Amino acid sequence: MKDAFGTPQSLLVLGGTSEIALATARRLVARRTRTVWLAGRPSPALDRAAAELRDMGADARTVAFDALDSEAHEVTLGKVFAEGDIDMVLLAFGILGDQARDEDEPLAAVRVAQTNYTGAVSAGLICARALQSQGHGSLVVLSSVAGERARRSNFIYGSSKAGLDAFAQGLGDALHGTGVHVMVVRPGFVRSKMTAGMAEAPMATTPEAVAQAIETGLRRRSETVWVPGALRVVMSALRHVPRPMFRRLPM
Amino acid sequence: MTGWGRTAPTAARIVRPRSYAEAAAVVRACGTPGHRGNIARGLGRAYGDAAQNAGGSVLDMTALDRIHAIDASGGTVLCDAGVSLHRLMEVLLPLGWFVPVTPGTRYVTVGGAIGADIHGKNHHGSGSFSRHVLALELLTADGEVRIVERGSELFAATAGGMGLTGIILTATIQLLPVETSFMSVDTERAVDLDDLMARLTETDHLYRYSVAWIDLLARGASMGRSVLTRGDHAPLDAVPARARRAPLTFRPRQLPAAPAFVPEGLLGRRTVGLFNELWYRKTPMSRVGEIQKLSSFFHPLDGVPHWNRVYGRSGFVQYQFVVGYGQEEALRRIVQRISERRCPSFLAVLKRFGDADPGWLSFPMPGWTLALDIPANLPGLGAFLDELDEEVAAADGRIYLAKDSRLRPELLSTMYPRLDEFRALRAQLDPRGVFRSDLSRRLGL
Repeated sequence: MKDAFGTPQSLLVLGGTSEIALATARRLVARRTRTVWLAGRPSPALDRAAAELRDMGADARTVAFDALDSEAHEVTLGKVFAEGDIDMVLLAFGILGDQARDEDEPLAAVRVAQTNYTGAVSAGLICARALQSQGHGSLVVLSSVAGERARRSNFIYGSSKAGLDAFAQGLGDALHGTGVHVMVVRPGFVRSKMTAGMAEAPMATTPEAVAQAIETGLRRRSETVWVPGALRVVMSALRHVPRPMFRRLPM
Repeated sequence: MTGWGRTAPTAARIVRPRSYAEAAAVVRACGTPGHRGNIARGLGRAYGDAAQNAGGSVLDMTALDRIHAIDASGGTVLCDAGVSLHRLMEVLLPLGWFVPVTPGTRYVTVGGAIGADIHGKNHHGSGSFSRHVLALELLTADGEVRIVERGSELFAATAGGMGLTGIILTATIQLLPVETSFMSVDTERAVDLDDLMARLTETDHLYRYSVAWIDLLARGASMGRSVLTRGDHAPLDAVPARARRAPLTFRPRQLPAAPAFVPEGLLGRRTVGLFNELWYRKTPMSRVGEIQKLSSFFHPLDGVPHWNRVYGRSGFVQYQFVVGYGQEEALRRIVQRISERRCPSFLAVLKRFGDADPGWLSFPMPGWTLALDIPANLPGLGAFLDELDEEVAAADGRIYLAKDSRLRPELLSTMYPRLDEFRALRAQLDPRGVFRSDLSRRLGL
């Protein structure tokens, strides 16, 4: 069960090697979390992540999960929920893709969309149903500021996150009053392996900062969390910039 | 659904049985595979998650509220568990009887009072609620009703058992005779914590009821400055002549309810600091024999319905612990840490407990107990209270489960040495897990 500050005792991470997710897991394990499920494609990195959480005192387990294999989600996630209540699901998988290549290879672009959006729709709905039947829990969805307004430089990734964001918001409304809390997290540019080698955007942040914002959001039962918080103001201004002008902005 | 502190909401099916048979039917329907059990709920005054049951059912017991029999000469009452202490006072006071133990609110049910084994300002002399319960009827996991006598194992597991041994249907309670519905109250100020503890230690036994309000925002030399309020039921000849015509009337005043929406952070350090300053200053250095109405002495907050809303949407946590006599240093350290941390708490109460009662998970034990309300949205509060828990556990103290919403489960067996017996009895009595609550899941009760 969650405590009065929204800190979960059990956590399921979808996308178990995500740096943001692991920073969040470490933070929560240092507080109340004792059981962690890391779902992801089997890999040494996934095992290492679990081992690290075990060293911190958590009962960390891995489970094979592939965002692209939507048909298997029901069975895979069903097994996790059958083992006991999950207080928090962190939906953290996603790929950035390579905008230039993806524009040339539509199938590569589709893979970005399927991972970030379609995979999240099936996994998100399955988890939402399970949380609803246990009458409590948080579903935390990692969206992105890129989904707020499509930019020339990464509109394929951005559009997939836009879809995910809209899906998660709608799901949150659908689950209002069921004891389940859905929280959409919109980080800006995060310094991580996903963005390694890229030119840093203004207001860049770290996985640890996102993790901290998630913990605060859980305490406040927030529906939307921006990281850093100032992005909320920046993006609400950018959202209203006319397109001819937006096109010319250096981003 | 949340507790009184309005934190950690969960969803459950609410059933409101109107007869014992209906309650038994709900219990029998539980325990099937996939069923998430049930828990009894009274008036929802437990601060944390004791009367919530995510994904399962919650039995709202307030429709079972009959008073079956009153022995007006011997001073006992037999009533349903859903009867509130407020109702008991309405009925019993005109007959010259009072409930033996009342907490800071009248809006708790008899079932809840036993399940949490509540205490009042008279614990140092009268013990907890269960001491005055002669017998009770318990609906157990098999759907049968058992008569539970005081002194039995099942009684000890049920008193303070947070509703996890079964559903209390009725109770027979020994009452306290009173001449009037007024209190004779002495008030005095203590300049700091040492002064307060000395005064309480020396003179507590002279009063039936005793409590101290502490200003936890005061620092330095005035750390622990407080207002002591102590009193007894006023005898007939002490009340004003006008009241003597109907000395046993019970008509508490009600103010308008707190609004449904209150901006977050209304009770910050500044507002609470100002309130504490005024509250301390307005109290005379010493006032003796003031006649007060029962309700204003015992239940000042009941005058404002839904006062819990003033903490805003994210709610508040109540932190109450006890440390035994001889552990005054630990108490001092904790008070110092709270006042250094500047926790905005305007309801901080210190009192002395007397002898413990036999309930296995009953909270009171001989020693000092401090209770405080803190807004839940205070950053870093969770980690801070965890540190205080460590101090409490190291001093062989414990946390009150009826108020808890955040204790680290690992500390529970240190705080409650009879926890294993409780678990064993529950495993035997309720193997299918018919009785479950968010509290029991969170702490592994």
